[in-house]
Amino acid sequence: MRLFILFLFFTSYIYPQVCSETLEGSIEDFHDGSKLIGATIIVVGVEKITQTDLNGNFRLENICPGTYTLQVSHPECSTKIVQITVPNNGKLTIKLEHHLEELDQVTVKGSAGIDHVTTQLENKISSDQLESLSYANLGDALKLLSGVSSLNTGSTVVKPVIQGLHSSRVVIMNNGVRMQDQEWGAEHAPNVDVNSAGSISVIKGASALQYGGDAVGGIVLLEPERIIKNDSLFGKTILTAGTNGRGGTLTSSLTKTYENGWYANTQGTFKRFGDFEAPNYVLSNTAMVEKGASLRFGVNKFTYGFEGYYSFFQNELGILRASHIGGADDQFRAINSNRPLVINDFTYTIDNPKQEVTHHLAKVKVFRRLTNFGKLETQYDFQFNNRLEFDIRRGGRGDKAAVDLELSSHSLTADLSYDAHPKLKGNAGILLRYQNNYANPDTGVRRLIPDYDKLDAAIYVLGKYRLDDFWTLEGGFRYDFNHIDANKFYRKSLWESREYNLEFPEIVVEDFGNQILTNPIFNYHNFSGTAGFRYSFLKNYDLLVNYSLATRAPNPSELFSEGLHQSASRIEIGDIRFTQEIANKFSVALEKKEANFSFTINPYLNSIQNFILLEPVAIEQTIRGNFQVWEFRQTNATLFGIDIDGYVKLDRNFSVNTKFSFVKGNDKKTDEALIQMPPANLATYFHYKNKKWKNLKLSLESNYVFRQNEYPETNFEIFLPSTNTFALVDLSTPPDAYHLLHFNADADFKVFDNSVLNLGLTIHNIFDTEYRDYLNRLRYYADDLGRNIIVRLKINY
Amino acid sequence: MKNLKIIVLFFTATLFLTSCSRNDNGGDPINEEELITTLRVTLVTNQGPNVVIEYRDLDGDGPNAPIITSSSDLLANASYNASMVVLNETESPVDDITLEIKDEDIAHQFFYQVGGGLNITNITYLDLDENGNPLGLEFSLQTGAPSIGNFTITLRHDLDKFAEGVSEGNITNAGGDTDISVTFPLVIQ
Repeated sequence: MRLFILFLFFTSYIYPQVCSETLEGSIEDFHDGSKLIGATIIVVGVEKITQTDLNGNFRLENICPGTYTLQVSHPECSTKIVQITVPNNGKLTIKLEHHLEELDQVTVKGSAGIDHVTTQLENKISSDQLESLSYANLGDALKLLSGVSSLNTGSTVVKPVIQGLHSSRVVIMNNGVRMQDQEWGAEHAPNVDVNSAGSISVIKGASALQYGGDAVGGIVLLEPERIIKNDSLFGKTILTAGTNGRGGTLTSSLTKTYENGWYANTQGTFKRFGDFEAPNYVLSNTAMVEKGASLRFGVNKFTYGFEGYYSFFQNELGILRASHIGGADDQFRAINSNRPLVINDFTYTIDNPKQEVTHHLAKVKVFRRLTNFGKLETQYDFQFNNRLEFDIRRGGRGDKAAVDLELSSHSLTADLSYDAHPKLKGNAGILLRYQNNYANPDTGVRRLIPDYDKLDAAIYVLGKYRLDDFWTLEGGFRYDFNHIDANKFYRKSLWESREYNLEFPEIVVEDFGNQILTNPIFNYHNFSGTAGFRYSFLKNYDLLVNYSLATRAPNPSELFSEGLHQSASRIEIGDIRFTQEIANKFSVALEKKEANFSFTINPYLNSIQNFILLEPVAIEQTIRGNFQVWEFRQTNATLFGIDIDGYVKLDRNFSVNTKFSFVKGNDKKTDEALIQMPPANLATYFHYKNKKWKNLKLSLESNYVFRQNEYPETNFEIFLPSTNTFALVDLSTPPDAYHLLHFNADADFKVFDNSVLNLGLTIHNIFDTEYRDYLNRLRYYADDLGRNIIVRLKINY
Repeated sequence: MKNLKIIVLFFTATLFLTSCSRNDNGGDPINEEELITTLRVTLVTNQGPNVVIEYRDLDGDGPNAPIITSSSDLLANASYNASMVVLNETESPVDDITLEIKDEDIAHQFFYQVGGGLNITNITYLDLDENGNPLGLEFSLQTGAPSIGNFTITLRHDLDKFAEGVSEGNITNAGGDTDISVTFPLVIQ
C-alpha cells in the first residue's frame, strides 16, 4: 500500500523567537496500543522529518514556539494529520489506525474520519472489494454492508435499501455531487458505475447534513481514489467473465500525477451480458449493456486547488419478458405458473420491455485553504439524465419510447470548513440548485412525470467538539427550501374523483375536454438537524449515540403519478396534498475494534411522520381487464432494527466475519406491518489468507435470508372470464427463506517489474439453489439467478 | 483568488442563463395513442332486428367505470353473424383500431367465452389471417333457449396461434398479452 499525503494545512509561524523547544512523543497502534516502529513524522511547513525508534518514540529538536501540523504516517496505517502547539506539556501520544485491508472485510471508519460523521456509523467498502465486484452494480456491491439490502426489478435493476428505506430516502453522492437521476421510481437503479469509485461508504442516517437534510434512510458516498502527490503514472485493468449471462466486464483506469500537485485520471468500463439464467430456465429478455467513462483532472496545491470531473453513464436493460402483464387475468396466469410464461432461447438481444438511461455529470470544484482557519470550497455541477422506457406496444410503436424524461440539474455549493482548533471542527455551507424536468410528448403515452421547474436552496452548519480523549460531541442544523412549479395534465375524471376540483380550482390553466392543464406550485420549508456524542472507553471500545431529524419533501412521483404504470402493471396514483416526511432517528452503536477481534452492535429507531408509502387499494376495470390500483398514502411509521457485525481473527491465516440485519416496520395508523420491509439476513464469511504464497485469499460466504413473516395482506379477487369464476391473486405472501453459498479465491502473480497480475475466481450460488426474494418485484414471475462462475483478471501497472 | 472569483462568477452566470425551460406554456395534452376506449359488436340475423352491444370507457385507466350497453336482447334459437369495431374515441378524428388489428392479423386473435347459463353455441370464426388461422373480427353464433349469462370477448396479441386448440377458439394454450378482456351480461329471450 502506498502512502499518500492527505491534506496539508497551511501553518503560520509568528514572530521570530529563540527556536529551542523540543517535541517528544510516541506513535501507537490505534487498535491495540502497540508501539509503532518506523513511523514518519513530518512537521508541515518547516520540513522537519523524523522517525520513531524501536520503542515507538520520536523527538524533534530546535522548534520555535507556535502551532504546527504534524503529518504522521506508517506503512501499515492510514496517514494522520495532527495539530499541535509548541511548547507542548509532556509527551505526545498519537494513535494511528490500521489500513482497512488489515481488518480484511468491511470495517467501520474510526474516529480519525475527518470528513463525514463521528457519531453515526459509517460503513465502507474498500477498493479491493470493489475491484472484485467490477461486474456488479452499485446495489449489489452495497449489500456487502450490514443493514443494506436491495429492492430489485429482476437482477439488473437494483436499488439500495438502507435500514429498510430506499429511493428518494437514500441520497447518493458521486464524487461530491448529489445524484439527480430520477431516483424516485422503484425500478430506477442508480446511474453509477462502481468501477469509477475508489471507495464507497454508507452512512446509515441523515447526520451528514452537508449532503442533504432529506436522507431519511441514509447516504451512499462514492469517492474517487485519492491522488498521490508525486511524479508517477499508473493504471489498472480488470477483465471479468461470468457464465451466467455469458458476458463480462472490462474496466480500465489510468492516472498521472505530478510532484507539483497536478493530476489527471481517466477511467472507462464496458459491460455486457446476455439473458441471465435461473437454475431451471433462461430469464428471457434480461440482457444488458452498460458503458461508463470518467475523466478527472486538477491541481492539488498546498493552499489552493481545483478539480474538473466529468462522467458518463449509459445502460440498456432488458426487463424480464414474462413480467409484462396485460391485466389481472394475465397476472393470475403469470403468478400461478411455476415457470415464467415466456421462456425463449438464450440471446444477447434486448427486446421490449426495456430501459435506456443516459446520465452525464460534470463538475468543477475550487478550494482555497485559509490560514489559521480551514478551507473554502466552491463547486458547480451539472447533470443531465435521460430515461427511456420501451414497452410492448401495438401498431409498430415498439420503437417509440413509452417514457422519455429529461432531467437537467445545476447546483452551486459553497462549503467553509474550520479546522484550526485542535478540538473544534466545523462546516457551514450553502446550496443553490435549479432543476428542470421535460417529458417528451412524442411518446404517445400520457406523461408519467409532468414537466416541472424546481428550485432548491439550503444552508447548513455542523460542528464537532472533542472534549477529551473520551468524549466527542457532534451537532448540526440544516434548512432546505424547495420550490416546485409544474405543468400537469390531469384526466378530468381523476381530477374530479379526487375532489381536486373543489380544493384546487385556482390551479386550472386550461380545459381540453377530457383533460385539463393545471399549474401546481409548491413551496416546502424543511428543517433537519443532528446531535450526538461518541464515547471512547476501556480499550478500543466506542459508543456512538446519535439523534437525527430529517425532513423530505414529496417527490414528483409521489405528488403527480396518475395512470397505468406499464412496467409495474398497475395503476399508480399520487396526491398533491402530501406534506413533508419528518423522520426522527435514534441510533446507538457499540463498537470494539482490535486487530484480532472486533464487533459493532447498532440498534436504531426511526419514527417517521407523514411517511409516504405505495400500496394496493382497489381494482379498476379497464378494457384490458382488471388492474390493481396502487395509491400513495401518508401515514405515521416506525422502523426499528438492529445491525450486528463481528470479526474474529483465528490465527495468521484464518478469520471469520459475520453480519446480521433485522428491521421491523410498523404503520402506526393501521397497526399493520409496513409493505416491502427487508427480511432478516445473516451472512457469514470464512477467510483463509496466505501472504507468503502469492497473497492467496480464499473465502466462503454463507448467506441466509429469512422469510419475511410480517407483511400487510394486499391480495385481491378478480373475475376470470376464461373460467367464469373469481380467483384470488396473491401478491402479498412472501417467498420462503433461502440459503446461498458463494466462494471466492484470488492470488497475486508478479509478471513484470512493476506489474502485479491478480487472478480471481468467484462462484456465486454454488449449489444452483432455486429461490425468490421478497424485495424483488419480479419474484411473482420467475426464480432468481442460478449459479454464476466468474473469472477475474486484474493487472496493475 | 482572482481566478477563483471569475470561475465562481462564470458558473453562477451559467446557472441562470440555462434556467430557461422548454415547457413554459405547459405543452399540449397527450392522448394515449394505444388506448382502446370502445368495443362495438353488431349482431345481425335475418330473424329479427340487429343487436348492438358496446363497451365504452372514455377515460381509459382513469377512475370512471366503463359503460356497457346492449340495444336489445338476443332472440332465442336464432343464428347471428357478428362483426366488431375497435375504436379509440379520445382521438380526433376517432382512431379506428380495427384497421390496425387487420394489418397485424397474424399477431392477433379474438376469443369468445360463454358463462353462466347463457345458451350460445356454435361460435365460428368467419375471418382468417394471412396464415389461414382465425382472427375473429367476424364470427357467427347460434342462440338456444331463453337464458341469462356472460359473454366474454378477449383479444390477445403476440400469442401462439399454432398451439393446441387455439385455432378452434380455445384460449387455454394461447399465451400472449391481453389487449381486450370484456364481459357482456346478455339476455336471450
